[in-house]
Amino acid sequence: MSGLVFDIAHMFAGGLVLVSMMMLYQDRLYALLNVFALHSMVLTLSVAWQAFVQDAPHLYVTAAIALVFKAVIIPVALHRMIRQLGIHREIETVVGIGPTMLAGIGLVALAMVVMLRVTPEANPLAREDLAFALSVLLLGLLVMVTRRNAVSQVVGFMSLENGLVLAATGAKGMPLVVEISVAFSILIAFIVIGVFLFRIRERFDTVDVRALDDFKGRRRK
Amino acid sequence: MNALFPLLAFDAVTAVLLIPVAAAVLLALLPGYRLTARLNVIASLLTLLAALSLLVTARPIPGLYLLVDDLNIVFIVLNAFVGFTTSIFSASYIAHELETGRLTPANLRFYHAMYQIMMFGMNLAFVSNNIGLMWVAVELATLTTVLMVGIYRTHEALEAAWKYFILGSVGIAFALFGTILVYMAAQPVVGEGYDAMVWTLLITHAAAFDPALLNVAFVFLLLGYGTKVGLAPLHAWLPDAHAEGPTPISAVLSGLLLNVALYAVLRFKILLAASPEAIAAGPLMMTMGLISLVFAAFMLYRRRDIKRLFAYSSIEHMGIIVFAFGMGGPVANFAGLLHMVMHSLTKSAIFFAVGHIAQIKGTQRLSSIRGLTETHPGLGWGLVIGVVAIAGLPPLGIFMSEFLVVSSTFARQPLLAIPLVFGLLIAFGALLLRLTGVAFGQPRGSTAPAEASYIPMYSHLALVLGAGIYLPPPLVAWFQHIATLLR
Repeated sequence: MSGLVFDIAHMFAGGLVLVSMMMLYQDRLYALLNVFALHSMVLTLSVAWQAFVQDAPHLYVTAAIALVFKAVIIPVALHRMIRQLGIHREIETVVGIGPTMLAGIGLVALAMVVMLRVTPEANPLAREDLAFALSVLLLGLLVMVTRRNAVSQVVGFMSLENGLVLAATGAKGMPLVVEISVAFSILIAFIVIGVFLFRIRERFDTVDVRALDDFKGRRRK
Repeated sequence: MNALFPLLAFDAVTAVLLIPVAAAVLLALLPGYRLTARLNVIASLLTLLAALSLLVTARPIPGLYLLVDDLNIVFIVLNAFVGFTTSIFSASYIAHELETGRLTPANLRFYHAMYQIMMFGMNLAFVSNNIGLMWVAVELATLTTVLMVGIYRTHEALEAAWKYFILGSVGIAFALFGTILVYMAAQPVVGEGYDAMVWTLLITHAAAFDPALLNVAFVFLLLGYGTKVGLAPLHAWLPDAHAEGPTPISAVLSGLLLNVALYAVLRFKILLAASPEAIAAGPLMMTMGLISLVFAAFMLYRRRDIKRLFAYSSIEHMGIIVFAFGMGGPVANFAGLLHMVMHSLTKSAIFFAVGHIAQIKGTQRLSSIRGLTETHPGLGWGLVIGVVAIAGLPPLGIFMSEFLVVSSTFARQPLLAIPLVFGLLIAFGALLLRLTGVAFGQPRGSTAPAEASYIPMYSHLALVLGAGIYLPPPLVAWFQHIATLLR
């Protein structure tokens, strides 16, 4: 049984890393949002499985938040926003897909080397979870730095946050996980969607952060 | 009677947390600038009184969530004090912003409510005994400042807020990952659940934690919270956020928020020091501190914006403080602590002056601000004293703390003293160069009389001067005690 438990948890966590890698080569906003929805869906499964394995019912709340909020509401809302604002559907990347993928592979390797080396005594389930979570975190960071578009930076941040939720649920019996996931959801909902996109829209008529950079170039510091 | 004391102390902690929350709700609902600005001052004063009462009442027994000990009480009192003086400054600053139409009454309500929520977040971060709660509180304080930095809605303000938000979020994420790792390290020893996040329990069991896991955790925590301290490779948000937000926010950012993040780093440094096999946190902190110091010192020369200039000076001073704490030992820790207090007071005083100056001149460009001591002696000389203090000239307080840092570096790590002194001198030169232009010479720009509130600025400067001349022995003894706690 424990072998199966471990394998399934492993599969979901590994799946999350895989979907994170998929995010790296999306060059259209809608596709990126769909992949993010998938990312959150995999996270939901992973968290729900952890809740079942650890017999921790509060984690089902975290799973439900991931499903309802991050897999459905946020992607749908962003879809609508993109349509209404009529912003560029294509994402401009800072570096090409190839180098980004290579960097992504490098980051995953780094995460494995770091985490697996320092946790030889930890419970193998938590240990691998942590390694995968760090990979997802670093890949999310990579999405954020390789995209110029504000929406895709936000998506990068949300996927990074999914990695954190994975890490928090993997740590057995960690308190405040639900609170933290709620706090993050509120953070995303309020700041990103409510305030920034509309304010940026108000001023720039585009959600391309390069508009911000252009502006910066003109200004004397 | 004795049974009453813990109850009273508990009330003080609750008051420090609840007054800002209650005030935030009220300020969000009440209209009218005069009323709300006054209410903001009153709430801040009450918080300060509650914080001061922590000094005299008995301390509560550390619980699952809250803790009052010798270390955080310094931070809380400093926080409440600067929060109070800034609220006085803010009242006169904001009146001008309303007149010029840069802020609307609706903005203002939001601003005041956010100000109190930020105070709540910072106080909560200080008193939390739970590393998860501390993380949430630091996040809350950061987010409120993000919103306030963007409040003018200009291109620059939005750019600054966005940059701050993105970098701050990455910092938040790293810090949370580090927190999770600390929990993972603690869980086999302390047991599952809340206990493994309670700081007082962590510290007593730290020796048994897995050192490798703790090492990695500290690296993440240092990167995460270090982003918020403004340490050098991660500082990019700081100058923008200082320059584009309202000046009272620049004052609390430099004077307080950086300290909150620093406090978090210090807590984890103590934890690491309690584990004999973990890496020493010191060299990492010293490296980042020195890089920040030298880098910021050079950056000071190229600044054309007065608020940006002092933002870089904050990076420089946070570098010195982190360096001092990284070196550790009684003298360096004492110096770091003193420097932190002095920097908070001086830098917020400078921003009080700069805020009024920028309003009078209608610009933040250094080249448009000249001859202040002639046209606005009150503000001009205040700025002169502030800059002289921040540059580290005697007899002001920062000279003493910098002197202690340098002398203990010479005693313990003579080689590191070279870049340290080099950085200090470079920064000194830059600041005095800028000061002569701004304060003296042919007056330029508007000479409209200042409707400034001088009390906050001069009370800070008086404290800094007083500390430079004479430190009361009880204060010295207290700081020395904390210095030994910090190891």
